[in-house]
Amino acid sequence: MSHPLSPNWTRLFRWSAPILAAPLAGCNWVVMNPSGDIAVQQRDLILISVALMLLIVVPVMALIVWFAWRYRAANEAVAKDYDPDWDHSTKLELLIWSAPLLIIIALGALTWVSTHKLDPYRPLDRIDAKTAIDPKVKPLTVEVVALDWKWLFIYPELGIATVNELALPTNVPVRFDITASTVMNSFYIPELAGQIYAMPGMKTQLHAVANKPVGSVGFSANYSGAGFSHMRFAYKALDRAGFDAWVAKAKASSARLDRNAYLTLAKPSEKAPVAYYAAADPKLFDAIVNLCPKAGQRCMGELMHVNMMGGAGKESARDTQGLKYDYPNGHVIDQADVNRGQETAPDAPGATATPAADHSSHSGADAHAQNR
Amino acid sequence: MSGTLTTTQMIFGRLTWDAFPWHEPIVVATFVAVVLGGAAMVAALTYFKLWGYLWKEWFTSVDHKKIGIMYMVLGLIMFLRGFADAIMMRLQQALAFNGSEGYLNAHHYDQVFTAHGVIMIFFVAMPFITGLMNYIVPLQIGARDVSFPFLNNFSFWMTTGGAVLVMISLFLGEFAQTGWLAYPPLSGLAYSPATGVDYYIWALQVAGVGTTLSGINLIATIVKMRAPGMSLMKMPVFTWTSLCANILIVASFPILTATLVLLSLDRYAGTAFFTNDFGGNPMMYVNLIWIWGHPEVYILILPLFGVFSEVVSTFSGKRLFGYTSMVYATCCIMVLSYLVWLHHFFTMGSGASVNSFFGITTMIISIPTGAKLFNWLFTMYRGKIRFELPMMWAVAFMLTFTIGGMTGVMLAVPPADFVLHNSLFLIAHFHNVIIGGVLFGIFAAINYWWPKAFGFRLNQFWGKVSFWCWQVGFWLAFTPLYILGFMGVTRRMRVFDDPSLHIWFIIAAVGAAIIAAGIGAMLVQFAVSIWKRDELKVEGDPWDGRTLEWATSSPPPEYNFAFTPVVYDTDTWADMKRNNYQRPLSGYQAIHMPSSTGAGVILAALATLCGFSLIWYIWWLAGLSFVGMIAVAIGHTFNYKRDFYIPADVVTRTEEERTRILAAGV
Repeated sequence: MSHPLSPNWTRLFRWSAPILAAPLAGCNWVVMNPSGDIAVQQRDLILISVALMLLIVVPVMALIVWFAWRYRAANEAVAKDYDPDWDHSTKLELLIWSAPLLIIIALGALTWVSTHKLDPYRPLDRIDAKTAIDPKVKPLTVEVVALDWKWLFIYPELGIATVNELALPTNVPVRFDITASTVMNSFYIPELAGQIYAMPGMKTQLHAVANKPVGSVGFSANYSGAGFSHMRFAYKALDRAGFDAWVAKAKASSARLDRNAYLTLAKPSEKAPVAYYAAADPKLFDAIVNLCPKAGQRCMGELMHVNMMGGAGKESARDTQGLKYDYPNGHVIDQADVNRGQETAPDAPGATATPAADHSSHSGADAHAQNR
Repeated sequence: MSGTLTTTQMIFGRLTWDAFPWHEPIVVATFVAVVLGGAAMVAALTYFKLWGYLWKEWFTSVDHKKIGIMYMVLGLIMFLRGFADAIMMRLQQALAFNGSEGYLNAHHYDQVFTAHGVIMIFFVAMPFITGLMNYIVPLQIGARDVSFPFLNNFSFWMTTGGAVLVMISLFLGEFAQTGWLAYPPLSGLAYSPATGVDYYIWALQVAGVGTTLSGINLIATIVKMRAPGMSLMKMPVFTWTSLCANILIVASFPILTATLVLLSLDRYAGTAFFTNDFGGNPMMYVNLIWIWGHPEVYILILPLFGVFSEVVSTFSGKRLFGYTSMVYATCCIMVLSYLVWLHHFFTMGSGASVNSFFGITTMIISIPTGAKLFNWLFTMYRGKIRFELPMMWAVAFMLTFTIGGMTGVMLAVPPADFVLHNSLFLIAHFHNVIIGGVLFGIFAAINYWWPKAFGFRLNQFWGKVSFWCWQVGFWLAFTPLYILGFMGVTRRMRVFDDPSLHIWFIIAAVGAAIIAAGIGAMLVQFAVSIWKRDELKVEGDPWDGRTLEWATSSPPPEYNFAFTPVVYDTDTWADMKRNNYQRPLSGYQAIHMPSSTGAGVILAALATLCGFSLIWYIWWLAGLSFVGMIAVAIGHTFNYKRDFYIPADVVTRTEEERTRILAAGV
C-alpha cells in the first residue's frame, strides 16, 4: 500500500507525459509535469484513472459509432437483422452493469488508498519515490495567510515573513498552516502539490516537498473579489545554499511584522510588491486564525473555551463588541492610500473595535472610508 | 439605524440616479438597444392589436401546452442573454494578455461570469426542462392537463419574475460579483454591500417558488392522472425521468430556499449564520448550497436522459432496450445524487475518509449512467436508424457525454481533484456534460416535438448547419480549456501574465464564435420553418412515434384526447398502431376543462415588485406588495369560475375536421 504504482508503470508515465506534451512544445503542462513529489503522485493518479476508464470508454465510443453507422436505415445488408421487439437480454444486462461496476471497484479501491495516502493533513513519509523520510526530522513550518489580494508567508522557525514570495528548500518536508483574513481563497502551487482552501477563522493544512530547484508561481484558486486575478505570488524552490542566502536577505530587511504592520498590510490592495520582514510576531498567525489580530477583538478559541465551560452568564450577552471582525465595505481599496502613492496606508487602523455595522445605510462606494 | 432618513430615502430606499451604470458604455449601448427594441415590439403589438390576444390566449392560459411553449420561449430568450455573457468572457480572456487589461474592468467582468452561471442554470436550463415536461408529460400519460392548472400558470410567471429581476440588474444597480453560488463571507454585507447579491437572492427566491410548485404539480400529475392501464412500469421513459427529476426538485429546492433565507437574514437582519462576526460559519453555507446544488445537476440531466430514450427508440424503430434497467438506473441516480455533494469541495479540508466516501459515491453514479448509455447503444443494435435531426443530436450526445462523464470521474478522485479543482479543466468538464447532455438534449427535443406542438417540421438544412456548428464549435471552445486546466490555469481569471497561454484562449474564442453561428443557424431554422410551414406540414405522427403523445393530432386540441386512451403496453401508440387501432368517430361528449385566470400573472408581478423593493430597501413598497400578494391570493380563493365544459358539438367538429384531414392524407 506504500505505493500504488509499480516502478514500471511509474516509468511509463514519466515517459509518456512529455510525449503527450510534445506537440505543444512551448506550453508548460505544469500539472502533468510538476517538480514536487506530492503533485507527481497526483499526476500519476490522474493518468492511472484515465487509463482505467479508457478500458470502457474507448469500446463504448467505438460501438456507438459502429452501431449508428451499421444499423442506418439505408444499409440494406443488415435489413434482415431488424428486430423491432428485441428489448431484453439477461446476458447483456449482466454485462452492462458488471463491466462498469468492476472498473469502479478498481477505481474505488485506488481512491480510498490514494486519498488517505495523499491526505494533505498527513505528514510525509517520503521525499520522493526513492527516499524515505527519517521520522525524527521535523518538517519546516510555513504559515500562509490569504489577504485581500496578496499572500503573507510567515516562517515561525526562522522568524521571518514575506509577502507574495514563497521560497522553500528542496528535499525538505514542509507543513503549511493556512488561513485567510476575510473571504475564502484556495492556496495552490501547481508545481508543488494540490490546493487547499484558505478560510477566515479556520486553519487548513498541507504537507508537501519540493524536489527540484524551480522558479514558478502560486495563486489563489478560489475567486475572492475584485483583485483576485492579480493574487499571485512567486514560488521558488532553492537548494540549501540558495535558501540560506534567501533567508539572510529577508533577515537583512528593516521591516518587522507586528500587529500594526499586519493590520496595515491586511487592507485591500492589488499587485502588492514583494516584501520581506526580518522578524514576525510569533503569535500573529494564531491571532489571525482566531479572528482577533486587532486589540479589543476576542479570540474564537477563548470563546469556544468559555462556551465549553458552560457560557459566561447573562452579562456576556451585552459584551459583543469584541466579536465584530468584518467592517463595512471590507473589499474597497482606499483611494486616499492609492493617491498617496502607497499600496496601503502608513497609519494603522484605529485600535478600538469597530461599532456595530449599520445594515441600512450602505450606498455603494461612497461610504468606503468609514470605520477605518 | 443610524442618522436620519431623508424623504427621498424613505420613498426610494437606496435607489438613486447613480444606480444606472452611466460609466459603462457597453451597458449603456445595450440599454439603448433594449429600449429601442422594446419600443418597437410594444408598437407592433399595439398596431396589430395583439395585446388582448396575448393576455387572453397565452398569459392567463392554464393550458399546459401553452405554458410549456411559454417556458421554452423564456428559456430561449434567456439563453441568448446568457450566451452574450459567454461571448464577453471569451473575448475578455482572449484579449487580456501582454499587459492588456482587456476591455472589461473587474467590477463588470465579475458580474458577467456570475450572471452567466446563474442565468444558464436557473433561467435557461430550468425553463427548458420545465417547459418540455409541461408540454409532453400530460400528453404521454393521456391526461387532459396537469393536476393543478392554475398553479402551473402561477409557477411559470414566478420563474419569469426571477428572470425579470436578473435582467433589471443589468441596468439598475449591479448583479452579484461572487460566482454563481455566492459563497459567503464574500457574498455577505461587509464584502458585497451593494445590490448585486440582493438581486441574486431575490431572483432565485422568486423563481424558486415557481420551480418548487411546478415540481409538486408534475409529481401529482404523473402519480394521479395516468390513463387507465398505465401502471408505473408502463410509463414512457421520459415520464419516468420527469417523475424522478420532480421528486428531486421537491426534495432539494427547499434547501436552496432555506439557505438563501439564512443568507438574506445575514444581509438584512444582522444575523451571523455565515459571517466572520460572532462565530458564523461560511462552511455551513457551502455544504447546504451543494446539498441542493448536486441534485440540481441531476434535475437538469434526468429529463434529457428521458428525451434521448424516446428519440433513440423512435428513430431506431425499436422498443427501448432494457426498459426495466433504465427505470431502476434512473431511480438509483435519483437517490445517489443526494450522497455526493461534498465532491464539490474536497479541497475544504475534510478528512481522508470523508473525502473518499464522497469520491466513491460519485463514481458509483457512473454505473447506472453507464448502464443507460449501454441501453441506448443496444437500442440501436439491430435497429433501422433514421438520421433525422433529433437522432443526430442523440448520437452526438452519446459521444460527447461519454467524454464528459470520464473527466467527471477524474475529478471524483480527491487527490486528482486537488490539482484540477476550480481550474479550467473543471469548467471544461461541466460544460461538456451540460452542453453535451442538457443542451443537446433540449435541441433533440425541440426538433423532435416541434411538429407535435405546431403541426409542421423544422427545416432540415438549417438544422444541420446548426448541428455541425455546435459540434465543431463545442470542441474548439472547450478542448483548450481542458488543456489550460493541465497548465494550472484557474477559473474566473480576468487577466493573464503568461503569454504561452494566449493561443489557447484565442482558439476557445474562435470556438465560441462558431457556436454563435450555430445559434444563429437555429434561429434561422425556426424562422424559415415558420415561413414555409405549409410545405413542412405534418399529420399527427410524423416520426412513426411510439408513445401516446403521437396518438392525437399535431398540434393537439385544447383537450388533448377526445377519449381517454386505454394502455396495454409501454410503447402504447406503437402497440395501438400494430393492433390496427381505429379512431372512434362518434359518441363525443362535452369535456370538462379548467378556466384561464389572470391571478397567476398578478401574483407573480407583485412578488417581483416585492423582491425589487427589498433589493433597493424600499420598505413601504415591499410591505405593500407583500400585503397585495396575500390579498390577491385570498381574493382568488373566492373565484368560483374555475372550470367550463367544451360542448360536445365543438368536440365533434374538431374531431371530424381531423378525420377529414386524415382521410385526405391517405
